[in-house]
Amino acid sequence: MATETTAIEQELEHRHDETSNDEWSGAKEPFRASYGKLMMWYFLLSDAFTFAGFLIAYGALRFSMPTWPVPDFVFSTAPLNNLGLGEEAKLPLIFVTFMSFLLIVSSVTMVRAVQEGRRENKNGVVFWMVLTIVGGLGFLSCQAWEWTKLIAGEGVSVTTNPFSTFEQNGRYLSGEELEKAGFKKIEHEDHGAVATYYLPNNAPDLEENRYFVKKDHGGHVLAGETFEAGQSYLVTKSHDTHLYEVGAFQKEDGTIGKESFGPKAFGALFFFITGFHGFHVLSGVMFLIIIMLNAASGLYVERRNGYEMIEKIGLYWHFVD
Amino acid sequence: MAHTSSHELSPAEYQKAKKDAYLGFWILLGVTVFEVAVSLLGKGWIPGTEGLAKLSWVVIAAGAIIAVLSIYKARYIILEFMHLGHEVQGLRFSVLLPTVLLIWAIIAFFQEGDAWRKRRELIKDKNEIRLDADGNIIAPAAELKG
Repeated sequence: MATETTAIEQELEHRHDETSNDEWSGAKEPFRASYGKLMMWYFLLSDAFTFAGFLIAYGALRFSMPTWPVPDFVFSTAPLNNLGLGEEAKLPLIFVTFMSFLLIVSSVTMVRAVQEGRRENKNGVVFWMVLTIVGGLGFLSCQAWEWTKLIAGEGVSVTTNPFSTFEQNGRYLSGEELEKAGFKKIEHEDHGAVATYYLPNNAPDLEENRYFVKKDHGGHVLAGETFEAGQSYLVTKSHDTHLYEVGAFQKEDGTIGKESFGPKAFGALFFFITGFHGFHVLSGVMFLIIIMLNAASGLYVERRNGYEMIEKIGLYWHFVD
Repeated sequence: MAHTSSHELSPAEYQKAKKDAYLGFWILLGVTVFEVAVSLLGKGWIPGTEGLAKLSWVVIAAGAIIAVLSIYKARYIILEFMHLGHEVQGLRFSVLLPTVLLIWAIIAFFQEGDAWRKRRELIKDKNEIRLDADGNIIAPAAELKG
């Protein structure tokens, strides 16, 4: 018996030695990266799958539609009255370019913060992290400005997409032309403002029967202007009445039609994808602030792990960028 | 610390790392500016070059250049800024291989979306078909896709 027990003990002892040499036993860190960093990598991998899920939904729906809003013209204006060029100037992509510039800058400042951390230079870490936070806040402000413009200005919502494309050639009609064609003029008070629209053949005053004279957001009447099939347009949402003023037009074959809305899925996809990303940036900024304050208080000097926390938030920040 | 990836930097290493970070900034900035220029050209929004955007090869080339440059930028950030290029091979592959599968998923589902559109158009076309009493197609003039 006694010898058997010893044999088992020896075996256990032996196994213990084996496991403690095993890379995955916990005594040693696998892949020669700290557990924190390793898990941050796998979290980012799982997050990449979530983002890819959104991207796949967007792409599959987009390709399933015959038309789609031209994204470059959804964002064709910049703050400060279009950088001084006036409200009318169209600057496709300019704002998006500025936003990616901000992200590049804040990525580089983050790299610098990590480098200063590896040199155990507390002031350097705090300085570069503050710059990174400023970059992140700048990005969030740009996004807030875009959203405000899209929601309050252009009237995009989760279920309504005023960006659309003409299917036929045609010409916008004026009020007189509509009345001549047998439409009845209605002046309707809505939200304390008067909306003027036209109803065909004394049809009941329902939203789907209303035809408006085309105006842009600046109030310029566009009646008489011609357009071609494939050209994109924006259904005007009135700031006073909060109604979508669908413009009436005459098609080439002489029939009268009105603007239709664009693919419905656009608003939901746009707001969910940019919102999900923006929320990542927002949480990133909050973590950056917490870690910057910890670094400033000297916590990471006490922990003596070489400012590893900075490296971990750095990984997250680059991913979000 | 025993970590190969996070030992303390020597002054020489630090100077080199610092230089690399600023080099990275100029690379990323340059690539982004070039991408925007190609994109604007491909869509005919640079005054004087509108004609070019009507050529299909220009549009396709612009798209291809932008795709390649975007992948280059992502690669640069992951390998250099996120330091994955300096980690051990096992970690590198365990992160990158699943991501490669994602790229296929994206291509496959974009194709699928295109198939939905074609199917919808086919149904619309077939709905417009009218038959006479003998079952011959009378309208529209029998021109069916697929």
